[in-house]
Amino acid sequence: MLELYGTSLRSRLLLGSARYPSPAVLTAAVRAARAEVVTVALRRESGGERAGQGFWSIIRGLGVRVLPNTAGCHSVKEAVSTAHMAREVFGTPWIKLEVIGEDDTLQPDVFGLTEAARILCADGFEVFPYTTEDLVVAERLLAAGCRVLMPWGAPIGSGRGLNNLFGLTALRAHFPAVPLIIDAGIGVPSHAARALELGFDAVLINTAIAQAGDPAQMAAAFAQAVEAGRAARLAGPIEPRDLAAPSTPVIGTAFRG
Amino acid sequence: MRILVNGAWRETEALELSAALQELGYGEAVVATAVNGEFVAAAVRPCTRLAEGDRVEVLAPMQGG
Repeated sequence: MLELYGTSLRSRLLLGSARYPSPAVLTAAVRAARAEVVTVALRRESGGERAGQGFWSIIRGLGVRVLPNTAGCHSVKEAVSTAHMAREVFGTPWIKLEVIGEDDTLQPDVFGLTEAARILCADGFEVFPYTTEDLVVAERLLAAGCRVLMPWGAPIGSGRGLNNLFGLTALRAHFPAVPLIIDAGIGVPSHAARALELGFDAVLINTAIAQAGDPAQMAAAFAQAVEAGRAARLAGPIEPRDLAAPSTPVIGTAFRG
Repeated sequence: MRILVNGAWRETEALELSAALQELGYGEAVVATAVNGEFVAAAVRPCTRLAEGDRVEVLAPMQGG
């Protein structure tokens, strides 16, 4: 079981709720993924249209735990205010903390992130920081009170998979007991399987499922990949080597000597 | 007075935040509010007085990744 801030979860596949062709497809994808956690956001609501109210009733109908984000925030103050607003609306201390530092890559501003994490953890939030694979930043986030980290695989929506395998492997090795969730950049189920094989605890997928030709089918494929990757990790993968090692026993080979 | 609601100037007769929300059509909608960048909890909206030029944010659940 995956444990995040004392909550036990069977599924290691967390889903984003954005960019789906329709609410019905979102619902089908969440069910096909057997996801237990879905990320949500806050946006400006018009008094006339009230678009957010309908979306919120759909999400509540899914019976999942929500993980609100602070997407779009570029400063500590924006992120902290948004987190407070999310806690009131969604009724959860969980917050996926994003402080964006650069618009082309949507790279986290890790300085703002650690500061916002410190403020929010001290205020009782359970912070899921969207961060890079940087070890020193990870240390700072843990010191700030975070008990889960969400390192990026690649830039949000890029579908490039695990961009920095060395850095991510080092992060996993350095913090063996901290739940690490790969957030952002996963493109196909094999990327997710790889993340779980490397020992990451879970993945958060949005664009790769929402923008697939058949999102529900892709969600099911991701669910299988995550299960396979986790099972492989528990089974103990072999170490890669440079030279061949015969799998068929050499002793008793005919025509030799 | 004029206040800036979600980036648009609006005229309001209301003197405090909860009345302004009613006037602007939010009714019983599930929203979170901020005034001049600071979070204002639902419980303190009735005693949050507004002033000319205040920047009010009214946010609701939306799709997110």
